[in-house]
Amino acid sequence: MSDDARTDGGTASATDSGASAGPLSEVDGYRVLLYLGLLGFLTFFMVPIESGLVTSFKTSSGVTGSLPFAPPTGSTFTLEKWQTAFDALGRGLVNSALYAIPATVISALLGSFAAYGLTQSNWKQRYKAPVLALFVAGIFIPYQAVLVPLSQFWSMIPLQEALGFLWALGINNDYTGIVELIVTHVAYGLPICTVLFRSYYKNMSEEMIEAARLDGASIRRIYRRIVLPLSGPMFAVVLIYQFTQIWNDLLFTLVLVQTESSAAAPIVLILAGLGTSLEGQDFALRMAGAFIAALPTLAVYIAFGEEFAEGVAT
Amino acid sequence: MTRNTDTGDGSGDAVTDGGVTEERGGSGFNPITALNERFGSDFVESSQFWLPPFLLVGLFVYGAIIWNLLISLTDFSGFGTPDYSDLDLEMYGRALADSGFVDAAINTFILLVGFTLVTLAIGLGLAILIDRNIRFENTFRTIYLLPMSLSFVVTAQFWAWMFNFNNGVINIVITSLGFGRVSWIGNPDIVLWAVMFALMWQFAGYAMVVFLAGLRAIPSEHYEAAKVDGASTVRMYWRVIIPQLKGSTISASVVLMVFALKAFDFLYSLVGGYRPPNGADILATKMVREAYANLNWAYASAIAITLFVMTLGIVGPYLYYQYNRGNL
Repeated sequence: MSDDARTDGGTASATDSGASAGPLSEVDGYRVLLYLGLLGFLTFFMVPIESGLVTSFKTSSGVTGSLPFAPPTGSTFTLEKWQTAFDALGRGLVNSALYAIPATVISALLGSFAAYGLTQSNWKQRYKAPVLALFVAGIFIPYQAVLVPLSQFWSMIPLQEALGFLWALGINNDYTGIVELIVTHVAYGLPICTVLFRSYYKNMSEEMIEAARLDGASIRRIYRRIVLPLSGPMFAVVLIYQFTQIWNDLLFTLVLVQTESSAAAPIVLILAGLGTSLEGQDFALRMAGAFIAALPTLAVYIAFGEEFAEGVAT
Repeated sequence: MTRNTDTGDGSGDAVTDGGVTEERGGSGFNPITALNERFGSDFVESSQFWLPPFLLVGLFVYGAIIWNLLISLTDFSGFGTPDYSDLDLEMYGRALADSGFVDAAINTFILLVGFTLVTLAIGLGLAILIDRNIRFENTFRTIYLLPMSLSFVVTAQFWAWMFNFNNGVINIVITSLGFGRVSWIGNPDIVLWAVMFALMWQFAGYAMVVFLAGLRAIPSEHYEAAKVDGASTVRMYWRVIIPQLKGSTISASVVLMVFALKAFDFLYSLVGGYRPPNGADILATKMVREAYANLNWAYASAIAITLFVMTLGIVGPYLYYQYNRGNL
């Protein structure tokens, strides 16, 4: 590492980027190592996904007869596994959307309310801190710690009777689980939504809100006219984060919907069931199923990577 | 100075009146004014915003935990309603006498510490590599973080295939290098490390993002000062830069440890439903199995409380740290 001094520090080298980060005009052993390292990790992160993708397009004999990371050749290429997986998992896509979308939107809105109520209303610090601490701690609660009471709670709520009018419209009884999932995901998503919005509102310009107050605007009016319109970027972060979390969660669906044979079974539940059933050794099918289940969050991630990164980093 | 000049709804008017009365000499007692004075100037008015979320979290998170604690003191099996009249610590005694529980607790601890340390180290390495003014930074970052957007259920399918005995990528690679095949999931001595490795793959990108934010917050003068002093790159990171990443390290560790405690979804999907591979049972999987496969709900609740206490042991100090930094 003889040339350390020249290529020092990401930020420092910003000043001499023209020289050291320039293209291959000068051979720089240190930079070559750096890129080799980056490419090595790139390979590491891509191999499971790449191997899964090529396997999903192989016939059963192709799976056993070829290298796991080699693409299928003419005779071993088939779309059949994707077709089978889609037949098995397709309804799961709809079911997952039925609760993931409403739960995402409601939890984001309520999180924004809570954060606004806590930040902009001059709560005394000694009361605000413990309340905030409860919200922050709520992010980290393992779902196992609430699972048994949650099951008890939903068994006590006469949801089937209350929603009887929906079943009269021809919707299956199974869908009580979807309603339970919406409420449950809203409740357990609220802490992270509140904390994300709170860190955003904390840094919002006080002057504008103060001026509105002096003009006699009500709390509700300030939220609607000033805070909500300025919350757009944070709503993007929170909606993306929440959608990914809710779509990806297995535990609540396992407990509230219970069986993958239910008409209302979410896609993660059906996919998890593939691994435990007789088809578990049909890896081409499992891989195709994995990609179908991952498509919505992958699409969101590729379209909104920046917001996703911001959500996880906060 | 009163801020309660609400013109909209009725409660706001009442408060304004109350405020005025107070200033005149406080002849009558107005509960709204009293609450506002005690907790903050807009406490009551703002309740329309914070109260519904507060009730939901209070009921579903904290109410549920207290209820869970109560159930863990009964001998509820899952049928009917628990009998709350006869409470004792029987289930906790049963846990200590259950070798399956002790194994699961040890595995949980190994996963917690091992996974967190390895993921932090890899994440820090990735962040430093990416922060060195490279080209295609966004592409590298996007791909490193990509597994984090996938569900445990999805990544478990990929890794079930990676670890496959006959055709999995890992065994194909190591046999081509001249080593024998390894039963990654079937061998109880190895499976936990294999799981740890897969989880690291999923979350290293997360640690990278947190460290990257920390690195970018360090002023460039610190790099320049180290450079002027003639420090080597390794020395500069080790002595000057990494010590400043304390905040990022703490945040990332807490989140990673909590992920490790929750790894249920991954283990459920990897092979065996409620029964994870031998040697990979953790408290999170044992709790769900006891409740929903074995119908020992009170026992499951006791395991859940153990898991919750472990979480508190991690999150409690974190909250204290954040409070001291003025972040709460």
